[in-house]
Amino acid sequence: MDTVILLTLTGLGLSALYFLVASGLSLVFGLADVLNFAHGLFLGVGAYATWWAAGNLPGAGGDGFGFVLAVAFGVLAGTLVAILVELVLIRPLYSRTIEQVLVTVGLSLAGVALLQATWGADPRTFPRPDWTREVTSVLGANVPNGGLLLIIAAVVVLAAILSFLRWTRYGLVIRAGVENREMVTALGIDVRKAFTLVFAIGGAAAALAGALGSVYFGTVSPGQGGSLLIFAFIVVVIGGMGSVVGSAYAAVAVGLLQQFVNYYGTSGLGDICVVGLLAVVLLLRPQGIAGKVATA
Amino acid sequence: MTEVKSPEVPAPPAAVPSELTPTGGRWGRLRPFLPLVALAVALILPYSTLELHGIFEGPLNSPGTLQLLAVCLVFGGLAAGYDLLFGRTGMLSFGHALYFAAGVYGTDILVTKAGLPLWQAAILTITGGTILAALLGAIALRTVGIAFAMVTLAFAQVGAILVARDFGGLTGGEEGLPLDVSGLPQGLVGVSNTVNLYWLALAYLVVVVLVVHRVSGSPTGRVLAGLRDDERRIGVLGLDPYRFKLVAFTLAGGLAAGGGVVYTLIVGGASPHITSSELTLSLLVMVVLGGPGTRWGPVLGGILYMYLDHRLVAFGTSDAVDALPAFLSRPLSQPLFVLGTVFILAVYFFPGGLASLAPRLALLRHSLRTPRRNG
Repeated sequence: MDTVILLTLTGLGLSALYFLVASGLSLVFGLADVLNFAHGLFLGVGAYATWWAAGNLPGAGGDGFGFVLAVAFGVLAGTLVAILVELVLIRPLYSRTIEQVLVTVGLSLAGVALLQATWGADPRTFPRPDWTREVTSVLGANVPNGGLLLIIAAVVVLAAILSFLRWTRYGLVIRAGVENREMVTALGIDVRKAFTLVFAIGGAAAALAGALGSVYFGTVSPGQGGSLLIFAFIVVVIGGMGSVVGSAYAAVAVGLLQQFVNYYGTSGLGDICVVGLLAVVLLLRPQGIAGKVATA
Repeated sequence: MTEVKSPEVPAPPAAVPSELTPTGGRWGRLRPFLPLVALAVALILPYSTLELHGIFEGPLNSPGTLQLLAVCLVFGGLAAGYDLLFGRTGMLSFGHALYFAAGVYGTDILVTKAGLPLWQAAILTITGGTILAALLGAIALRTVGIAFAMVTLAFAQVGAILVARDFGGLTGGEEGLPLDVSGLPQGLVGVSNTVNLYWLALAYLVVVVLVVHRVSGSPTGRVLAGLRDDERRIGVLGLDPYRFKLVAFTLAGGLAAGGGVVYTLIVGGASPHITSSELTLSLLVMVVLGGPGTRWGPVLGGILYMYLDHRLVAFGTSDAVDALPAFLSRPLSQPLFVLGTVFILAVYFFPGGLASLAPRLALLRHSLRTPRRNG
């Protein structure tokens, strides 16, 4: 029983990480039709900015309030990079989907190489508060605090995104844009502002995932974003593109499946099962769990 | 008198395939023979002891240079095969590395672990790679566009995981699997025989180019081009887009597996990095840099990309770069940073890639020459 609870909670920690990356991807894809390969870069920027801030920013550190400040700095850096990417690189290619994908591919190659050039290819130890290394006893299972932190963060982000989509004017524009972008444009609303906003939200969530994921793993390396990104893509496809709630369900399913199969089967089998799940979902329900409708 | 030739407006370069436009001048008549000239140069190249300082280390027929050239040629062929999907059919696959890796690991495992002779291993591997592409393509093609890209990416990721986790001790995991050369034909083994591997790579490139041209010139090729331009219209004409796309996907997968066989022999083994999605991304970069859907663009793009990827490492550690301030020299020492940046610039400023440069330059020359005549 302990093992099952432990696996469930660590699996949910993994799900939380996937969700943080996938929610932004899904919104960006739903609204702007951009498959954003540079999303892993936002994650890397968030992780490295947090790491840098903990060591160099006055007031920030590896513990207590200083750590919160460092994470905030990382999230801010990720958001700024995302906004910059949207304004400078994506916007001029508006409605040319393939070119946009190609630019984000180039950006992911160049960006990761830049991180590697600046801080080296080897993983660096991530400064983390002492309490994240400890474990909490939940129903008799010792669960690492880093994982719990990820789950809490993901739930908060999910609630924040959903309430933003439901109760604000821009949320309304985004929801309407995901459903029918031409109609929103025809009504005289500048959808491109919403594009920038969606990129900012996605960048912030990815940067948070980078920072907290590095806390969980204990290290930070330039290639970290890339491997997470592939599973985030799978989560987006299973969940249905453009749906935040669908991404949340899919992230939970993928994270738990991966964790349980990797524990009870051979290591690595869980990852393959996830792709199997993807194939099954595509064969039975090609539009994903929630389809291309923003459910909020 | 000065207005005898009114400046004619040149035709838009994209409308007519470049091989059909009659280009005037001395070079125009030679144009159809340029590929043959290039092939002849490639054929006599191993007999040359020319030293090109700064371009290659050592003379042209040294084993190191020949191996680099062979790798470049294989990737030229791979890029041409990938262009069958991306440039000619309009399918954005992010999992092409899987079929290449299937070729590499298939050959390596069959020769090293199962002890088969090379020709049997090669035939089995190419057949297996083609069947794999057909099976996975049949599932992945149920989706279109970006979803297709993501699904192929996911399938390729399974391949990468299978290789990295080393199930059954077949793939050697992170360390890779060196090729057991004892069972290979003598002519393909050893440093002194690098030239034979170069021939092999050249032959692979020629085969791929011939197959791709043959297919794209055939009625099937026209349907594929139609799918790229307007898939719904092909459906309305009563043709099944799914089947044609599956044919292209399977063929490209088989060609990639063949490239894997040659690559294994050149490099002498398999290493897990070829299974990564980065390889597919670099194929995409090659095709876009060269010019998607053009006759020679992808080949040139592939050759140039691999050459730069190898040589930029030397360039990055050279004195000229080291002398620069750190914020410049460090990014420049990363080949992927340079190539990624060039790629982004190419998407913006040269959407047709290298192949579009010639018409563009002709346009530029034309517009530069005209005022002088008038004035």
